Amino acid sequence: MAKRTKTQRENPFIQKVTHQRWLLPLASLLLFLGIWQLLYVVLNLPPFILPSPAMVWTKFLEVLKNGIWWHNISYTLFELSLGLFFGSVIASVLGYILSKTPVLEKLLSPFLVGSQSVPVVAIAPLIIIWFGPGLFSKVLICALTVFFPVLVNVLVGIRQVSQDLRELMDSFNASKWEILRYLEIPASLPVLLGGLRVGATLSVIGAIVGELVGSDRGLGYLINLGRGQYDTALVFVAVFSLILLAASLYSIVLFLERRALKWQTWQEI
Amino acid sequence: MNSSPEDSLVVRDLKVSFQEKDGMLQVLENVCFSLHKNAFACLIGPSGSGKSTLLRTLAGLIPYESGSIEFPEIHGRKPRTGLVFQKANLMPWRTLAENIALPLELANTPREEIDQKVNEMVELTGLQGFETSWPHELSGGMAQRVAIARSLVQDPDILFLDEPFGSLDELTRERMSEELLRIWDEKRKTILMVTHSISEAVFLADRVLVLSGFPQGIVLDLPIDLPRPRDEHLRFISEFVQAAATLHEHLKI
Repeated sequence: MAKRTKTQRENPFIQKVTHQRWLLPLASLLLFLGIWQLLYVVLNLPPFILPSPAMVWTKFLEVLKNGIWWHNISYTLFELSLGLFFGSVIASVLGYILSKTPVLEKLLSPFLVGSQSVPVVAIAPLIIIWFGPGLFSKVLICALTVFFPVLVNVLVGIRQVSQDLRELMDSFNASKWEILRYLEIPASLPVLLGGLRVGATLSVIGAIVGELVGSDRGLGYLINLGRGQYDTALVFVAVFSLILLAASLYSIVLFLERRALKWQTWQEI
Repeated sequence: MNSSPEDSLVVRDLKVSFQEKDGMLQVLENVCFSLHKNAFACLIGPSGSGKSTLLRTLAGLIPYESGSIEFPEIHGRKPRTGLVFQKANLMPWRTLAENIALPLELANTPREEIDQKVNEMVELTGLQGFETSWPHELSGGMAQRVAIARSLVQDPDILFLDEPFGSLDELTRERMSEELLRIWDEKRKTILMVTHSISEAVFLADRVLVLSGFPQGIVLDLPIDLPRPRDEHLRFISEFVQAAATLHEHLKI
């Protein structure tokens, strides 16, 4: 039988590729900024239609200094965290219950399918009408956005748990709770986190739509504010912050995924 | 058949049926046999004769319709049983050592005791150095060793093996058979192993039970009086060949 000897696992080639993974996106970003600056110079548009990258940067430093940036982004982040947390927890619990009761799943299936096809933009105004422009509406919108992808993925994840491993657990006389803890949760975690990754990015859209419809704080509010004052640089700052927020959320979930699923091979992502 | 204090498993008139869409499918009937303590018995039979079903029923995975399965007490307690499947059935998110530890974790064993027992099993099955490997990094033979280690970690009195080497190549298979004999010799357990290989059965067992399909039950109970410890040369002596021929005769229906 093979004996393991200690060898360096990282080889230089793989390291080079991971470096390039950062290099290429960075190059394309720089190119984007270059084209933007070029357009600004060539078209010579007024700043309220197209500000230069430098103007947007100055605006960013300004709102960063006077606290407006943090005041608004922290609020959106707060809505998102609450919404993501409650949405995914409730979805996971309900997903588990549905996976164990096919009758209930059939009963709710029109809503599950329907929910997948209704964009959150369409129901956000309704929620604001019903629950007012406060924090609760936005949290609810975020929660709803993340709810369905997670629910469906948990349902699929638990259904997918291998019958052989269920039999193994049976041979140890494992209880329902032990099967959940030792088998179903770890086995469906990849799919669950996949749903969360999709849901987290979508819920940023949910939060912004909620804020655009009615709010006095948050990145959506900042966009509205900039638009109203013809402060296009501010709109750009808000939009970039939004992208930053979505990208960070995505990275956090991806990081969690890699931590939790270190037993899988991760070359593909 | 009467049970004696020397028995560790007594099966009487076992009947097993499955509920199918159009009525009951009868799989086993009239199955009677008993196993001595520390016996190594192999169960063979043509495909579809219900070998796996019988083993799974004994291991408690399948309910039976009538008859009885008795595990006489050992040292005043109920004997523990272990089961090894044809597939290694390792949890891909657990390392090799964590997979072996699973039954102990389910039994709420204290951490130190788990570590100590897992180490002992890793040594017994020759898996040193691979404790932190993931299942997808293991070969088929190594994965099956882990499965055997996992079934042994709770120190069962009776071990059921369901074609444990069925998915391995010939060479690995023979090596694993010898390993199994060594472990059995060291740990002294009652073993009942399902196999479809006549030579594997004769090589390993004290007794070979031939199961025929419904409704015949066990049609032959052949003692194998070959000396132990057994090694490869046995496969070519006349008693070995004779036993194999007898079994072969009974497998043709």
